[in-house]
Amino acid sequence: MNVRVVPFARIREIVGSAELTRAAAEGATAGEVWGGLAREFPALADLLASTRLVRNGAFVRPETALCDGDELGLLPPYGGG
Amino acid sequence: MRYEIVEAGALDLAVLIAAVRDRGAGGLVTFVGYVRETSDDDRAVTGLSYEAHRELALAEMRTIGAEASTRFGPARVAIAHRVGELTIGEAAVAIAVAAAHRGVAFDACEYAIDELKRRVPIWKKEHYVAGDPAWRENVKEKFRAEP
Repeated sequence: MNVRVVPFARIREIVGSAELTRAAAEGATAGEVWGGLAREFPALADLLASTRLVRNGAFVRPETALCDGDELGLLPPYGGG
Repeated sequence: MRYEIVEAGALDLAVLIAAVRDRGAGGLVTFVGYVRETSDDDRAVTGLSYEAHRELALAEMRTIGAEASTRFGPARVAIAHRVGELTIGEAAVAIAVAAAHRGVAFDACEYAIDELKRRVPIWKKEHYVAGDPAWRENVKEKFRAEP
């Protein structure tokens, strides 16, 4: 299956793209897809635990299974205010 | 009662105040956060760029406003946050809280800005006079303890 990955802020800068598609095994979880990206881009390592995951516009836990065509938002630690 | 992510143009505190004032409001507290010329680590700053996950940021701001009202007594809350490129002295965030009495308004306003910094998906990149820009994260330890 394919997952549309939408990284924000520092993660977007590290991967160099506002949106990318990644192939994942059927039933792969949000955390697994995120972990795969972090292996692909080692500079993401320090963000691995602190990044929040968003599936199709709603926060999810890393163990949430994804479906083909899902959008996975990657939200690094916030800096608003 | 009014929650905004503002792409361009200055934040308008008067609009936020008007959104929360009513005939029951005996006290009104505002907070405005501005872009400072010096970073937390004492570097000369030229400006900030902010970005947001717009839908989730607005949803979280609404939740925080509702929580502030529930926790501290009835209060009317308005929050606006800029995104885009900001220069020194520009307002990045503005909050107005109205309540029957000042205590509720002060508490709810402080809660709103503390929780915004902790929970609202907005990111800030600092630009410096010298050196590469850097993303700055809100540090938990800076916030007051849970009541």
